[in-house]
Amino acid sequence: MSVEIPYNVDERSDTGLYNAKLGVWLFLASEVMLFGALFSSYILLRTGDPGFMTIPHEIAEHLHVEHGALWSDQLSVPLAFLNTLVLIFSSVTMVLSWAALRLKDFGKFKLWMGLTNLCALGFMVIKAIEYNAKFSHDLLPSSGNFLAIYFTLTGLHGLHVIGGLVVNGYLWGPGSKMWKTEPERFTNRVEVAGLYWHFVDLVWIFLFPSLYLL
Amino acid sequence: MSVLETHAEEADDHGHEHHEEGFLRKYVFSQDHKVIGIQYGLTALCFMLFGFFLMLLMRWQLAYPGQPIPIVGGLLGDANAPGGIMLPEFYNQLGAMHGTIMVFLAVVPLAVGAFGNYVVPLQIGAPDMAFPKLNMMSYWVYAVGGIVMFASFFVPGGAANSGWTSYPPLSVTATTGQTWWLVGMVFLITSSLLGSVNFIVTIVQLRVKGLTWMRLPFFVWSQLVTAFLLLLAFPPLEAAGFFQLLDRVAGTSFFMPSGLVVSGEVVEAAGGGSPLLWQHLFWFLAHPEVYVLILPALGIVAEVIANNTRKPLWGYKSMVYAIGFLGFMSFIVWAHHMFMTGMGTTLSNFFQITTMIISIPSVVVLSALFISLWGGSIRFNTPMLFALAFLPMFGIGGLTGLPLGLAPTDIHLHDTYYVIGHFHYVVAPGTIFALFAGIYYWFPKMTGRKMNEMLGKLHFYPSFIAINCIFMPMFIQGLAGVSRRLYDGGMQYSHAQPVLEWNQFMSIAAFSLAVFQIPFVINLFWSAKKGKKVGANHWQATTLEWSAAPSPPIAHGNFEKTPVVYRGPYEYSPPEHPRGFMPQNATSAEGDS
Amino acid sequence: MSGHSVEEIRQETRKYWVVFLALVVLTAVTVWVSYLDLSPGMAVFVAMVVACVKGGLVAGVFMHLISERQAIYSILIMTVVFFIVLMVGPIFARWGGTGVAL
Repeated sequence: MSVEIPYNVDERSDTGLYNAKLGVWLFLASEVMLFGALFSSYILLRTGDPGFMTIPHEIAEHLHVEHGALWSDQLSVPLAFLNTLVLIFSSVTMVLSWAALRLKDFGKFKLWMGLTNLCALGFMVIKAIEYNAKFSHDLLPSSGNFLAIYFTLTGLHGLHVIGGLVVNGYLWGPGSKMWKTEPERFTNRVEVAGLYWHFVDLVWIFLFPSLYLL
Repeated sequence: MSVLETHAEEADDHGHEHHEEGFLRKYVFSQDHKVIGIQYGLTALCFMLFGFFLMLLMRWQLAYPGQPIPIVGGLLGDANAPGGIMLPEFYNQLGAMHGTIMVFLAVVPLAVGAFGNYVVPLQIGAPDMAFPKLNMMSYWVYAVGGIVMFASFFVPGGAANSGWTSYPPLSVTATTGQTWWLVGMVFLITSSLLGSVNFIVTIVQLRVKGLTWMRLPFFVWSQLVTAFLLLLAFPPLEAAGFFQLLDRVAGTSFFMPSGLVVSGEVVEAAGGGSPLLWQHLFWFLAHPEVYVLILPALGIVAEVIANNTRKPLWGYKSMVYAIGFLGFMSFIVWAHHMFMTGMGTTLSNFFQITTMIISIPSVVVLSALFISLWGGSIRFNTPMLFALAFLPMFGIGGLTGLPLGLAPTDIHLHDTYYVIGHFHYVVAPGTIFALFAGIYYWFPKMTGRKMNEMLGKLHFYPSFIAINCIFMPMFIQGLAGVSRRLYDGGMQYSHAQPVLEWNQFMSIAAFSLAVFQIPFVINLFWSAKKGKKVGANHWQATTLEWSAAPSPPIAHGNFEKTPVVYRGPYEYSPPEHPRGFMPQNATSAEGDS
Repeated sequence: MSGHSVEEIRQETRKYWVVFLALVVLTAVTVWVSYLDLSPGMAVFVAMVVACVKGGLVAGVFMHLISERQAIYSILIMTVVFFIVLMVGPIFARWGGTGVAL
């Protein structure tokens, strides 16, 4: 049995916030520091080792590329470019699903949220294709530090995508029942989930050039 | 929300009220911050006892190296202590786990998880924390992390043995226990992150009417700053933890340099990694972490001193600004733990300067607390004794930090017993004494009974003497150059010979300290059942947990009526009522002395 | 909840689509720039500037940070400061050091 907590749905006047909104921004702040640490490590490792971007001889032979070839050439820019567009599109559909609820249009909400989830799935499928392309050539995190960073950064990001997909899937599916009983609270939930989802998109916006283009 | 829906909810609530909450729901998976606070408290105290026991084992070895450990020697197993004689490998496990357990499983969960959880909602007039379910999850994730850490002693090779600092490449090539340590840390960090979000939202959003920022009890301020430190400083360690896990389990080389040779064998790894990267990420957390260790203690001491001097805190505003500044600065001093890593002078200068600057807010707070005593009608009850002792102990801890924060002197003192003396002074007779003060102080609120004063004094005085006898000689040993983490306490080194005799002295003091915790344990459990019953405001205090809630507070919602605040937190002996006090929510003065 | 009129919400919706287009264009730009032969420093600089603009649009418009209140701003500004410290600190530690690449 739980107690009635103030400002769960209504905003507190001096902060202009309801609890979960402040909560999710704080959580995102901690996530900035988490991904920040990963980026910082990438920078430190890459600038600390002159051979960071170069594929070692044995592996270059195995891959049938010339000696001195760079790891970044092993990544597919077109696939990642596509993935970037997918994620950006999912960001728009996410915010539109929230706007639909504010316009009291549940049908539109279902549409936009459904699209968001499809995009998320699509992102993971493309990611799986990318990963498989590496694994099938015996390219693992242990093969070299660039790949180690690549897999860790994209892997953690991917886990965040899956997490968002689970939450958004719940809100689209069984969780949407709350629209009938507590529409404002439900709208807030979608807003909060949206903030998280946009953050996931934001991380990718920095990940993409850092790993694939530079 | 429509009127119909509100009533439907109320009817639902009434419906639920008719069901008796099952034992599991009420005591195990509770969402009530008070129950969760006590869960944290009891769990943390158990871990503190365990960590204390690990230290006793170490101190036996240091005093009597190579001698069979009495009583428990035979129980430790042949892998750790064949014939009861401690192996160096086991000593290393004890060292690494004593630190880990005390910091992450005992002190912080007690200071933040227990006291923060229990007291903060009450002090701000809230019915509970902002996210009760999240609160419950925080506790259980901590508990799982704790179990993982404890279980690591029983895996082949034993627990983590690369220091609580887990520096690679040693930690990457260490036994299985290190992997368990990393997994345990991921759980603990997650618990901490969930908790810190909860604390900040609660304090920002759930303050009652009239409770403006500058009317907050100092304890709440200290918990707010602490929560921000945990929120922003822990994630880099989580990242580092993942990296080290991958290095150990997936063969990556984040921290593994090229061409590493261990025990004559070339390590099979791609190389190109940086051991220093771990140190940066680790200390980025671990420095703010030490302020996490001290801030709640400062908060508790402030409450107890204001209450037992019967006058307002001197310099409340300065104290608030000081800890805000302290919190900010704590993020930019971390590399003073790394002066010996070949750092360039420019950056070394930067970190020395920031480290010197960060000592200022601590001095402000300590001075304000000292000055608060001036002219007070001091009541020397047990919580006050611990709070008073905290002040000079924290002073010694802080002062001994100065030569460590300056690179030239740190060259001589780094990794010696001087460091161990320094940080133990701040945490042991510092924070832990403050936590004892908190237990004696808030026990009446939690149970409606008081703890026994005689047993309390029997706990305090000998503990105070013993604890100083343990840690003061460490400065002597450190100045002589005795390194830390030596399983024989320096016996093999000629420069340690003149100061070796202190080992026995310190160990006997440690065993004595153990004995005098017994009155505390007896007091805690006996008083909970048989202690003298007391009213809602046993200490005649001004803050809301005392003046607006019964002892113990109402199970769901804390207060019979939501309080409204009219004044600051420490209106003791106000001019219009010189022998009384004005609680924050009162419309007229109370008390008579 | 914040009382926004239907018309205001529809206007915001239009803004979302405009931002979406801008993001697509900027993504194409950043890929195109990567094929130009810029010096490493320049390449990093341009890539980060574009990423920051894109990120700013997502944060400002999609996450409606532009219309958000002070409480959120202060948390984020503090986070950004520490983020920069975390980025920059470990690198500078090598500066003028013993010369070991570690």
